[in-house]
Amino acid sequence: MSMFWTIWISVITLGLIIGCYFLLRWCLSNQTGVEEGESMGHEFDGIIELNNQLPRWWTIMFYITIVWGFIYLALYPGLGAYEGLWKWRSSNQNVQSLEESAQAREQASANGYLVEYDRELDFAAEQFDPIFEAYAQIPVEELAKDPEANKVGKRLFLQNCSQCHGSDARGQNGGFPNLTDDDWLYGGSGAKIVETLTLGRSGLMPAQLPALGEQGIQEVANYVRSLSGLPDVDAELAEAGKARFMVCAACHGMDAKGNQMLGAPNLTDTTWLYGGSHRAVVETLTYGRNGVMPSFKKTLGDDKIHVVAAYVYSLSDE
Amino acid sequence: MSEISQAQPDYNYKVVRQFTIMTIIWGIVGMGIGVFIAAQLFAPMLNFDTPWLTFSRLRPLHTNAVIFAFGGCALFATSYYIVQRTCQVRLFSDKLAAFTFWGWQAVIVLAAITLPLGLTSSKEYAELEWPIDILIALVWIAYIINFFGTLVIRKVSHIYVANWFLGAFMLTVAVLHIGNSMAIPVSFTKSYSLYAGAVDAMMQWWYGHNAVGFFLTAGFLGMMYYFVPKQAGRPVYSYRLSIVHFWALISLYIWAGPHHLHYTALPDWTQSLGMVMSVILFVPSWGGMINGIMTLSGAWHKLRTDPVLRFLIVSLSFYGMSTFEGPMMAIKTVNALSHYTDWTIGHVHSGALGWVAMVSIGSIYHLIPVLFSQPAMYSTRLVNVHFWLATIGVVLYIVAMWMSGVLQGLMWRAVNPDGTLTYSFVESLEASKPFYVVRFIGGVFVVAGMLVMAYNTYMTVRAPKGSIAAEPEAQAA
Repeated sequence: MSMFWTIWISVITLGLIIGCYFLLRWCLSNQTGVEEGESMGHEFDGIIELNNQLPRWWTIMFYITIVWGFIYLALYPGLGAYEGLWKWRSSNQNVQSLEESAQAREQASANGYLVEYDRELDFAAEQFDPIFEAYAQIPVEELAKDPEANKVGKRLFLQNCSQCHGSDARGQNGGFPNLTDDDWLYGGSGAKIVETLTLGRSGLMPAQLPALGEQGIQEVANYVRSLSGLPDVDAELAEAGKARFMVCAACHGMDAKGNQMLGAPNLTDTTWLYGGSHRAVVETLTYGRNGVMPSFKKTLGDDKIHVVAAYVYSLSDE
Repeated sequence: MSEISQAQPDYNYKVVRQFTIMTIIWGIVGMGIGVFIAAQLFAPMLNFDTPWLTFSRLRPLHTNAVIFAFGGCALFATSYYIVQRTCQVRLFSDKLAAFTFWGWQAVIVLAAITLPLGLTSSKEYAELEWPIDILIALVWIAYIINFFGTLVIRKVSHIYVANWFLGAFMLTVAVLHIGNSMAIPVSFTKSYSLYAGAVDAMMQWWYGHNAVGFFLTAGFLGMMYYFVPKQAGRPVYSYRLSIVHFWALISLYIWAGPHHLHYTALPDWTQSLGMVMSVILFVPSWGGMINGIMTLSGAWHKLRTDPVLRFLIVSLSFYGMSTFEGPMMAIKTVNALSHYTDWTIGHVHSGALGWVAMVSIGSIYHLIPVLFSQPAMYSTRLVNVHFWLATIGVVLYIVAMWMSGVLQGLMWRAVNPDGTLTYSFVESLEASKPFYVVRFIGGVFVVAGMLVMAYNTYMTVRAPKGSIAAEPEAQAA
């Protein structure tokens, strides 16, 4: 902020508060030419006004708030670019990216001064990081048996994961997997869950309309649904679909039991990520699906991911 | 009393009557919608899977209806009445008065159509799209010309304090409305704000807070300064107090907007200034309350028999309470707890229902017999019933929201020894649910009171001349 604006802001701000002070002084001294307690002498539709003195307690409160206002503006940033005697700042302002934020923080550390936000982050790191560092030493499968760790993991889960997977972790239709069963898209070992949380996943099912055509999609849909023993399957179409399944086998395997390397779901069980109705399967085949599990590396960090992974591991039926 | 007030000029009461009746009708509509969306908060199925009945679309309709339809009509009615009576002269222009009435009603009807359709500029308390904004500006300028025109042709030497407040309210609202609504239209029903990012946020709350400060405070203080001394039959307590609190109030209020944006991307210095000015503002705000309540000194016994005066005095008590609460919530440390919680909703309604609605209702009960040439309201008992319905309703509402708000604030900030948050958001919602039911019941009380008022008004207006007995006090005066 330029000097001009700092002066502009300061003059108006302080001028206003000082103006309030003089207004108060002026009204306290009786300048009306009418004796105190008497009528002002004007009358409006039967209403007259008395010339009473301002209440003393109220006047004192006014003085106190004015004095307090000056003290606050001396200590804290308020008057344009003036920093305030305590040099307090909420955050590194004008920062536009994480890199700039890190730079600003480094520079502030070098100068021996941190903004409020960075101080709070440091405080939290100092207090809580040792707890999670200790948890990180224990393998996920073992940590999953620790009730205290699971309580922590559950709270992290509720804050960060429940928005998609639900607060009971049972997922929801539309591509959000149930985490309490033992059906795993990318594998349910501790290491695999940590990998999923750290890197995120991209579950891409390509649209098959160009490859199969509408008739082909009807046939494959019937075949896929027959694999899970679902009702309302046209046996003739399903038989035709079986021949076309070669297109799908590349990912889902010849036996249609899926492939955890690719995150391709098992099509022979009753778990359906996007719904198992005929209509839903046709939609999946026609338009494809694009499920995204975001990476939590930056949000949670490795140690917290470890604890969440242990909690998720503890949920499955194994 | 001087001789001037004995012979009354031929006042324009028609426009006052129109606005008065519409105040009651829009009050019922606006508060009724409020009760409906309050019910949706604990029974979401009440949106009936219909887009235009969802909370998101009805909430701005509720706020617009109560602030600008109910509050606005009350301000138009009382300001047109006050300015004529205290200037001892008929309104500057009857045509402009009629234009403001029909124009304002058109704005309200357009709001009631466009907001449920989802047409919104998404600026809080200024959701209406640009063609309606232009209409508002035109009506408002006509209002200003008419009001100040009447002041210019006044028959008394001084300008009464009520008119200072009303004038400040009109001028500032014009500046706020035009400044905040600046937008670039892309179609007849869609526009984009002229401001971006933190500047847009600051503009919105510069407008938003001063809608409270000038529309809902200065305007209604003007109302208070006429109807309290009039109904109490007492002189205004202190002329000097009215000078100092008027000038301090209007010069400090305009700075207070940033306290709505504590802990956001708004620069630190702006937040500090907003907080300092908000805290100092507490004192001049109370100046108005003191002047109103002290006006009653020597006439406290009238509260026993006069429910209209009770409305006015209780409104001042709520005014004092909310203008203490507001500056307190503007302090950053308190705001860290209260921000984004139901506490804010409670605070707003303590001001809106306790202060704005009650002072309007009291003033209208004073006005209706005068406007329709009756000696008194059809039933003073029903006015009293309304008073208790309103008071109980407001107290239920505010207390429920305070408790819910503080509970939410505490739950959101609760941290475990490991640094994780103790509660998830949905747990705080579950904890709030019982309070939402209580809030709904409070709202039902308030609307029930408004229905009683509508009935009482209807009976007063259509009563044959001479059928309503004047109250003993009124006869004595």
